[in-house]
Amino acid sequence: MSKSRDLFTVAGIVVFGVLLIATNFADRFVTQLPQDAKIVSSDFDPDFRMIAAAEASAVGPRDGKFGLGRGATKREVAAWDGDISPDGTGLPMGSGDAINGEEVFAEHCAICHGDFAEGVDNWPELAGGLDTLADEDPVKTVGSYWPYLSTTWDYVKRSMPFGYAQSLSDDDVYAIVAYILYSNDIVDEDFILSNETFLDVEMPNKNGFIVDDRLTSESHFWNKKVCMSDCKSDVKITMRAAVLDVTPEDEKNENSEDSAAVTTISNQVEEQSEALVEVVNLDSGLVEAGEKAFKKCKSCHQIGDGAKNKTGPHLNAIFGRKIGGIQGFKYSKIFKSMRDDGRVWDEESMTEFLASPKQYAKGTKMSFAGFKKEKDILSTIEYLKSFQSLN
Amino acid sequence: MADDFSDKKPSRRQFLAGAAALGAGSTAASSLSASDDDPLITEVQEWAQITGDGVDATPYGLPIEFEKDVVRRNVGWLTADTISSINFSPIHALDGTITPQGCAFERHHSGAIELRKEDYRLMINGLVDQELVFTYEDLERFPREQHVYFCECAANTGMEWAGAQLNGVQFTHGMIHNMEYTGVPLRTLLNEAGLNAAGDLKGKWIFVEGADASSNGRSIPMEKALDDVLVAFKANGEALRKEHGYPARLVVPGWEGNMWVKWLRRVEVLDKPVESREETSKYTDTLADGMSRKWTWAMDAKSVVTSPSPQSPISHGKGPLVISGLAWSGRGAITRVDVTIDGGENWYEARLAQPGTKMALTRFYLDIEWDGEEMFLQSRAHDETGYVQPTKEELREVRGLNSIYHNNCIQTWWIKSNGEAENVEIS
Repeated sequence: MSKSRDLFTVAGIVVFGVLLIATNFADRFVTQLPQDAKIVSSDFDPDFRMIAAAEASAVGPRDGKFGLGRGATKREVAAWDGDISPDGTGLPMGSGDAINGEEVFAEHCAICHGDFAEGVDNWPELAGGLDTLADEDPVKTVGSYWPYLSTTWDYVKRSMPFGYAQSLSDDDVYAIVAYILYSNDIVDEDFILSNETFLDVEMPNKNGFIVDDRLTSESHFWNKKVCMSDCKSDVKITMRAAVLDVTPEDEKNENSEDSAAVTTISNQVEEQSEALVEVVNLDSGLVEAGEKAFKKCKSCHQIGDGAKNKTGPHLNAIFGRKIGGIQGFKYSKIFKSMRDDGRVWDEESMTEFLASPKQYAKGTKMSFAGFKKEKDILSTIEYLKSFQSLN
Repeated sequence: MADDFSDKKPSRRQFLAGAAALGAGSTAASSLSASDDDPLITEVQEWAQITGDGVDATPYGLPIEFEKDVVRRNVGWLTADTISSINFSPIHALDGTITPQGCAFERHHSGAIELRKEDYRLMINGLVDQELVFTYEDLERFPREQHVYFCECAANTGMEWAGAQLNGVQFTHGMIHNMEYTGVPLRTLLNEAGLNAAGDLKGKWIFVEGADASSNGRSIPMEKALDDVLVAFKANGEALRKEHGYPARLVVPGWEGNMWVKWLRRVEVLDKPVESREETSKYTDTLADGMSRKWTWAMDAKSVVTSPSPQSPISHGKGPLVISGLAWSGRGAITRVDVTIDGGENWYEARLAQPGTKMALTRFYLDIEWDGEEMFLQSRAHDETGYVQPTKEELREVRGLNSIYHNNCIQTWWIKSNGEAENVEIS
């Protein structure tokens, strides 16, 4: 079977399909099928069918390979292949202890997980809970539940801190993991965790897991003879969800709230547009670019209508606000002292802060390392300004 | 015009109420008078006179405004932040089996990222003959397959372990969607890299991770990887949505949704599992004695009545009633669904809208003549392996009260005589 024949049959299908559409939808414009147009079904041409159903092992190129993709370089594999196995495979050289870990943890982790790894709000607690797994409400932490230390290292390195993942040095990760172990009374404060001492650590719940045994422990769920009539009597309600009342609002309420929300938003838009007239110099292109740059901030900071304090304080009307000036928000010490010095957020201080937060506010818990591009700083500031009228 | 419309409302309601009172039987025309005339029929309506939207009014259409309540919903108190959270498909308002992408539940661990096709790279590394990097374009040049599969979060119905808690099937069972995927079998990609280096494939694993900040890495046994796992780039005929892993995600048929890694960027062949955070500290099931099950990948057979249900009450009074629901199994095809209206005293075999297919949702119906009395509705799924969906008590007997994931118990809706429904547990 020649290649040109294959091409022809494929073209045949296309022509036929197009003509069908023409006859169906343009009834004033009926065209006759060209005589040489063929209807090709998958079993019309055995070669065609094989290509259509090509499996790596069936046909196609030699060795069942397609010759697609390219070789990965060593540096590429090293950049992405960071997983750590329970036996320590994959651990880089490095070390840290709980004493410096406490500092690193306070800087990068405490804002969500608490100074003592006890967890803030709904964020996970990382310490405590030993021997509670059989209790009514087990407390599952790194200490009480996680079977392998490698999991902690792997997860902290690859996915933390939330909102600025893959930003910690290997030594910082060792230090943070050492501090979490210390908070769980698994190691002493001067224990140096390193790629060499890693396997010395015993995780309390290492023997707490079994492999899925449903096929045996739940075998009675299979081939059960089911009763179809007169199976029981006297059905009574034993628990009602309505009593708990934790369901998000029902449809009716939600509808009326929806329309209320719509009104609020449209009012808001009006107010905002008035405010925008006041802030005459806003560059809409820059605001748009700033919205994109702000993605780096939004996992911790809310802005806009209804913005609340989250991991970081809300940023509505930030310019003119005292640094560390939102009552009730748990600021880093540095911001409290800046507030006491009477310092205020303006374009200048914000520019400096966004370029290097840790240099501008030494000791800030904010994990973001700063914008590298000046353009991002400018546009972020412009974006922040567009919410100047909101509270 | 607006006045006209509101004028018609009462009579339309009257008509509906009248129909309900009359029940299902048709009424002889001779017994009807002019006052029974429905103005929606007897008067020429605006939409029958003036024209509607032209073809390009909505280049990509959204559902009509009257359906604006059929949306994903979130339970705020469940998680600390919506960036690492889950929402729920509005299954109370859907029929058939395919979940439209726009209302299919989302679960993110570090938010839904925007990754352009041009920036997409998929690496195959580890115990392979040649470590490879594919572009998105490369993926589209491999032979493709199409399959309909459900994706269920292991935590679906997890809030109901301790007792009836959330009043709506969207919230109790909505961490599920069912789509037709187009993609490349993972075995094709693994074969492209070559598995000779892995030696005996028995006992070998793959580790898969995403390109987002969470990476959400999971270990999967090689046997499954070579069986039916897909790298999918289309769902229901169109590109994946951002929130479902655009441009490419893993599809792991029948297994818990957490393994369906979105924004898939790397597949590593290993001789042991990684024991990542998502397969040790999460997605494990703690039993009454404090021991925990791990690697509980398969989603057991499950079903639920989607209507009537708390968000979809009966509004039409007694008479013909369509009881409708969904059934699925991660171990194979659904073969049968039983439905009871009296809390399990008597069961009836429901009608499957279409024969069940492997690891996909099956729609079932039970068409009854409702007498207007209260009902306790339940459904019970059977799959092709002979598994029968258990009651909550049966599950608790084996697993205790501290489980979160894999709650596939029989659900009860209490339908009151006014047609309203509530999530309850019964004796």
